[in-house]
Amino acid sequence: MHELGIAQEVVRIATEGCGGARVKRVVVEVGKLAAVLPDALRFCFDLAAQETLLEGAALDIVEVPGRARCRKCGGPVELVRPFGECACGCSDLEWLSGEELRIKSLEVA
Amino acid sequence: MCATCGCSDHHDDHHDDHEHDHDHDHDHDHDHDHRHEVRDLERHLLEHNASLAARNREWLSARRIRAFNLMSSPGAGKTTLLERTIRDLPAARISVIEGDQETDRDAERIRAAGARAIQINTGAGCHLDASMVERAMRALEPPDGSTLMIENVGNLVCPSLFDLGESARVVIASVTEGDDKPLKYPHMFRGATAVLLNKMDLLLHVSFDVDAFTRHARKVNPKVEVLPLSATRGEGLPAWYRWLQEPRP
Repeated sequence: MHELGIAQEVVRIATEGCGGARVKRVVVEVGKLAAVLPDALRFCFDLAAQETLLEGAALDIVEVPGRARCRKCGGPVELVRPFGECACGCSDLEWLSGEELRIKSLEVA
Repeated sequence: MCATCGCSDHHDDHHDDHEHDHDHDHDHDHDHDHRHEVRDLERHLLEHNASLAARNREWLSARRIRAFNLMSSPGAGKTTLLERTIRDLPAARISVIEGDQETDRDAERIRAAGARAIQINTGAGCHLDASMVERAMRALEPPDGSTLMIENVGNLVCPSLFDLGESARVVIASVTEGDDKPLKYPHMFRGATAVLLNKMDLLLHVSFDVDAFTRHARKVNPKVEVLPLSATRGEGLPAWYRWLQEPRP
């Protein structure tokens, strides 16, 4: 349940960035290959936000699809899990997106 | 969302008296404050751990200490492998950070094998992070030029996300598990510098396909080294000892 630690980081960074104002909404980017479950993160966020400036805030999770490029033929590969194979049969892939785990922005009242 | 002012419907301060169902291009004056200021942050959620891990890496490198992050599911044989490695490689001057949810049984086993050890109990926590390792290694004070083994909490999911400042990551699997473990826990195997396949002495008694396991590991991590061995009987250990002593960046 590493999502609790991640949720606590959301609260920590947002608290630093909100200048003492109440936070209404936090936008977080989570890549499909980041090993973080959005539902678990939501659940943990509500717990981590209790008795902070984020209590009751909405958590918007933007999921980023996994994309890669084949290191052999350069072809594009879509990744739904953290490994895959190019149409050419090669599984040595350069990941382009899907590992995001960022707090994008927040909305204060 | 309110089309007049753009605020969301559930917003607590929104006790307004204007109509919501007409479009117009003029501003309304009203006496309540419902400006929602959006602030861009663009910060990585693991930045705090990453900066502590970088600090650990500097601390270790200044002392020419090589640190290995050992990860596996519970019962794959991490502690047994360490006991044997400590006894067989006195020149490596191994000290150990032991991570477990509870008890210091593993640290006691390591001390009995002749190495210094410090136990971290994570309680409810499912992984070690860079700040736990920082405290432990400063308390342990491994000598310059020595080897630090960090035995992570037995778990194939969470520890993969947390950089500890190690020189390399070693994932240990065993033939009593399924040979499809790398596909089931791809994050863990993807991050591995080497994969050890332990309990090879039991291979005759279980249905485990070593070639399939290696294929699955390379599917997730194409260049990973796979070292089959038995920590109790000793087969394959020389290759592991050679690997441990290879130069690391």
